[in-house]
Amino acid sequence: MTDFTQSYDAPRRNYSQLALRWLLFALLGLFALFYLMPLFVMVTTSLKSLEEIRTGSLVALPREVTFDAWRTAWSETCTGVKCEGLKPYFWNSVLMTVPAVIIATLLGAVNGYVIAQWRFKGANLIFSLMLFGCFIPFQVVLLPMARSLGILGLAGSIPGLILVHVIYGIGFTTLFFRNYYVTIPSELTKAAKVDGAGFFRIFWSIFLPLSLPIVVVTVIWQFTNIWNDFLFGVSFSQSGTQPVTVALNNIVNSTTGVKEYNVDMAAAIIAALPTLLVYVVAGKYFIRGLTAGSVKG
Amino acid sequence: MTEWLERHVPKMVLAPSFVAVLIFVYGFIFWTAWVSFTRSKLMPRYEIKGFIQYERLFASPRWDTAMDNLFIFGTLFIGISMILGLFLAILLDQKIRAEGALRTIYLYPMALSMIVTGTAWKWIMNPGLGIEATVRSWGFESFTFNWITDPKMAIYAVVVAAVWQASGFVMALFLAGLRSVDEEIIKAAQVDGIPTWRIYSAIIIPSMAPIFLSAFIVLAHLAIKSFDLVIALTGGGPGYATDLPATYMYAMAFSRGDIGQAASSAMVMMGVVFAIVVPYLYSELRAKHD
Repeated sequence: MTDFTQSYDAPRRNYSQLALRWLLFALLGLFALFYLMPLFVMVTTSLKSLEEIRTGSLVALPREVTFDAWRTAWSETCTGVKCEGLKPYFWNSVLMTVPAVIIATLLGAVNGYVIAQWRFKGANLIFSLMLFGCFIPFQVVLLPMARSLGILGLAGSIPGLILVHVIYGIGFTTLFFRNYYVTIPSELTKAAKVDGAGFFRIFWSIFLPLSLPIVVVTVIWQFTNIWNDFLFGVSFSQSGTQPVTVALNNIVNSTTGVKEYNVDMAAAIIAALPTLLVYVVAGKYFIRGLTAGSVKG
Repeated sequence: MTEWLERHVPKMVLAPSFVAVLIFVYGFIFWTAWVSFTRSKLMPRYEIKGFIQYERLFASPRWDTAMDNLFIFGTLFIGISMILGLFLAILLDQKIRAEGALRTIYLYPMALSMIVTGTAWKWIMNPGLGIEATVRSWGFESFTFNWITDPKMAIYAVVVAAVWQASGFVMALFLAGLRSVDEEIIKAAQVDGIPTWRIYSAIIIPSMAPIFLSAFIVLAHLAIKSFDLVIALTGGGPGYATDLPATYMYAMAFSRGDIGQAASSAMVMMGVVFAIVVPYLYSELRAKHD
């Protein structure tokens, strides 16, 4: 009896399983197309001439590949009155992002170390207050920040933007390092103290060498957030100090002259390239940062 | 002396960050709250005048549109991203060989700036040259897809782009959740002959309740703060059709010179965020102490 059902049932189940398997792959493939389509359209459009864009189809490959749009986007296209392309704004973003990431990560590391390993009365309250700071909609600080930057003489400057990104970044960086350092047994700190090591010595020779994974996660998280920021960039910069996201938006939404869609797309890819590169090279850490930023503990 | 120093060093190290947070987060919130009760226009004024700004805000048709849009956008964006994310996570959980590559493809939009996303989708949805023109060129002459220029539909165009950007992230969250369910329980259910869909609906998904909550919080937070995407995709238009509270606040603060309205709208935004986030954070922090 059992033999009978098996010999007839097994192949049929295999067929339906095979069909299901194909359906599964078809669905997964369709969704992959959905996610890839905008990137594909951006790349192909940026390689076409304007003439071909007007006459051809959105999803067609370029008949003649030209890098003119890329050159224009990088060094010639106009943002408002100036026509020097995206290049100066790209460097603005670099000058803003690199120091902001380094400072916020360092502060987060020592803060996390203190909160996780040198618990004192009120440390948890301080941590909670810093954590809440991560969740405020930044609109609520825009007005006073604009005034404070003016008072500090940093209005419309890159150091001003660095300051803003550091301040609103330390909540998250502290959270990342704190959650990482709590998992390190406090006996380690105690033993080192008995041996006569001080606060900074313990941090430098015990905790920092252990921190590489969380440093990578934090740096990637901060880098992506600050590079991609638009709200602070548009609120606290002026002509000449704008980060690349603001310049990109100005290029795309400028109303003067002929709309050069290929230049828009090339500019968008240039603005996206650094974070895309980080994602491709260190995707694992990127995902870990995303999930650590949302699922605490 | 050195002993005193040694004892207080941790506090002194933490102090600058703490002071910065006190001033730049809590002090600034207080400032904005205060100004929201004044008659500030182009310059801030500090005499309290009651709820006048809030009365103006709630009487403003533009703010009305912004809040309606937030509701439509938030509901659809969160709902679709969650369903799509869960669906993709379950599909990817079927021991797919190319899982790594597919995960990378589904998640990369999250690495992009919303300005880039907006720029790309604005081009794709451009009626004259984008999807509409392409489908028409295939012979479907009457095909229309002009959401981006249609005041009634433009907010749904924003939803499409936002879902494209964030759903892969929800997928990653859910996939991690699916993987964390105890293997033994699943195996036992399989041995008992329980069909796969029942294993998902009765065992795996219910055990992921905390992840649903996290995903919801993150998405809600993204929705309320959405600013860049609308600016890049529609500029808040056509007219005010895709205004969100964030774009309203920005317009009042930096182009209309109406600080009182900017402050009061920012306070309402914070109220909405905190109504969602505070209970969550509170339970998280409590859970950690227990």
